[in-house]
Amino acid sequence: MGLEYVRISPGFEKYMPKDYVDLVQYGQFGREVDVQQLGQFKELVEEHPMCAGCFMAYFIRIFYAALPKPEDTIVIGTAGCARLALSQAAVPFIYGNYGDTNAVASGLKRALSIRFPDKVKDVVVIAGDGGLIDIGFGMTMHSWFRREKFTTIMVDNEVYGNTGGQESGMSPKGVQLKMAPKGKQFDKINAVELAKTAGCVYVAKLAPTNPKRIAKTVRRAILAARHFGPTFIHAYTSCNIEYSIPTEKVLEDARKREKQDFGFYEWMTDEVKEFFEEIERKPEEVKA
Amino acid sequence: MPEQRVVDADYLLLEAPRERKFITGAQAMAEAVKRANVDIAIAYPITPQSEVMHLVGDLWAQGYLKDYYRAEEEYGAMSAIAGAVRGGARAFSATSGPGLLRGLEAIASWPGHRIPAVLGVLTRVVNAPLSIQPDNVEIAYLLHSGVVVLHAENQQDVFDFTLASFVISEKVDVYIPIAVCTEGFFVTHAKGYVHMTPEDMKLPPRDPYKAPVPPTDCEIPPARIQRDAPVQKSNFMSYLIHAVWQQEVWASNIRAMKYIYKYLGGPIEVVNPDAEVFIVASGCAAAQGREAVRYAQLEGLNVGLVKVKSIRPFPEKEIRQVLSKAKAVIVPEHNIVGWLAKEVKAVIPNNDIVIGGPRVYGGMTLPVELIMEKVYDAFGIKKAKKVVV
Ligand SMILES: Cc1ncc(C[n+]2csc(CCOP(=O)(O)OP(=O)(O)O)c2C)c(N)n1
Ligand code: SF4
Repeated sequence: MGLEYVRISPGFEKYMPKDYVDLVQYGQFGREVDVQQLGQFKELVEEHPMCAGCFMAYFIRIFYAALPKPEDTIVIGTAGCARLALSQAAVPFIYGNYGDTNAVASGLKRALSIRFPDKVKDVVVIAGDGGLIDIGFGMTMHSWFRREKFTTIMVDNEVYGNTGGQESGMSPKGVQLKMAPKGKQFDKINAVELAKTAGCVYVAKLAPTNPKRIAKTVRRAILAARHFGPTFIHAYTSCNIEYSIPTEKVLEDARKREKQDFGFYEWMTDEVKEFFEEIERKPEEVKA
Repeated sequence: MPEQRVVDADYLLLEAPRERKFITGAQAMAEAVKRANVDIAIAYPITPQSEVMHLVGDLWAQGYLKDYYRAEEEYGAMSAIAGAVRGGARAFSATSGPGLLRGLEAIASWPGHRIPAVLGVLTRVVNAPLSIQPDNVEIAYLLHSGVVVLHAENQQDVFDFTLASFVISEKVDVYIPIAVCTEGFFVTHAKGYVHMTPEDMKLPPRDPYKAPVPPTDCEIPPARIQRDAPVQKSNFMSYLIHAVWQQEVWASNIRAMKYIYKYLGGPIEVVNPDAEVFIVASGCAAAQGREAVRYAQLEGLNVGLVKVKSIRPFPEKEIRQVLSKAKAVIVPEHNIVGWLAKEVKAVIPNNDIVIGGPRVYGGMTLPVELIMEKVYDAFGIKKAKKVVV
């Protein structure tokens, strides 16, 4: 359907909320925006109830600005902090039960392929480390084994933020958190290697310090999923509340972690590599 | 596969010619799926359900369905059904006992998400000690999920209920899922005569835009339930939203009743409405109840049967009316908790006339003799060897 559903019915322009009119007139529907121009166009997510200074919220903002085709994208989330912002965005959002994102996305993507075989409909999961690698582990892995054509983005704050700071499988070893009163007993799970082994065709890991790079990674993950199979981004998105990171130090922390264990990493199959070599030579096709 | 022509739902369900076949309950369910123009089926094996989903898989292989896969487990299967239906597809799955419980969190969220899916529930034991035997205690867990719950007595019911459920669940004033339950093995693996609609006719495809909550397909603006995170903002209005939405779900459940009348002849069937003593039963306990009524007649005892086809919505006024002059009500069941007896007791004023039982569980059959003992008790008959047989 493309832009039809975000168009204002003729005659109703002056009765629509200003926010909506702005979105249609100055937003990113139907046109390419550069994340470096943030603040100069109407964004898909603006107000949200996440904690002040939350780095996950920042990542989500860049994510929306990077969508290759927001007017034909559906985002799927689950219980956890991320959904607080995801549900406030101007892109359809599905919220199921805790941990079921990748199963819901499998059904949704298949239904859309049945109903719209000739159209592009991007499906993107964004969920926490607990949602994807603990409770939803089986469903995450199996969506990859089955080669479902959608993108999974793990916003890894290394804790259960939304339930008040319990350890997750992605918390670093030894860290003392609620429900890990003696410190976490085992290492961080290697989600990126799991994703590669399980059949993802594009895998990236990053600390969101560089908005341009986040945008490129998100876009690549979505385009690769559209054509080839499952893709995965592992993003470090610190929880300043549970890890007591002062708001003004959030970026500093991300830079530190980037040096330690979240250095930018990108892997893709040869087929995907060829595809990007081809389309990134002609930038207008990336938007297609 | 024969070419299938789309025919009007009312024609298919109410008027189309029918052919008699001697088939199992599992086949009857698959035959209904074949005629229902289903887009996608998602399966996870569990005995005694697997047979149904094997057959549905074969239907996909033959081209009757557009997609089918074996999910990772039931939670994944039921969540994927939610995804597929929200994407606008017509979807089907089936499960049994522990599989139902494993999928229950997802299933219980279907009505609130306005998911018009059909779920086969081929019942079996859930409690330890584990067994694969028939038992329908799992229906008790479904009753408060908001899902419409039908309980089939035999292979014919399985076919009729399943096919009609696709039509009823997609009615815009219903638009919630329907579970078609029947006893595993006793019905799924046993054969019976089934009058079926022609193989070369199918229901019209789902129109996902004729809906109280339209699909999430980027073709139309998203509906509010799909935009909102769960209702947990700290203000009074938000809590009201949950209340309002849930009331609407249960109102939709009740609105299914008129279609149960239209397509399934009503939520109950009554045999011998002027009886003094009634057997009230659902599922294959109703078949045994039917036999007990026949035995009682041979003995000159005035016994009737109320077969309950729809457990949700529960036919409150219908049951109250039929039982208004009853002296005793016997409720035989295939489970230990006696969920049907509780339902019946809750809707009649003089509920001390309800005799809960006989109850059998975990694969036991429900001999007519057990029901007859309660019948004799109800009539105050004392004899050493009571049953005619
Ligand atoms: C079945 C179920 N179990 C537990 C919960 C409670 N719950 C909600 S959010 C959450 C943790 C979220 O952690 P994570 O996925 O890492 O996301 P974050 O909040 O840290 O972003 C839990 C345990 C739930 N909603 N459902
Ligand atoms: S609890 Fe942590 S992750 Fe959640 S919104 Fe607050 S800062 Fe962000």
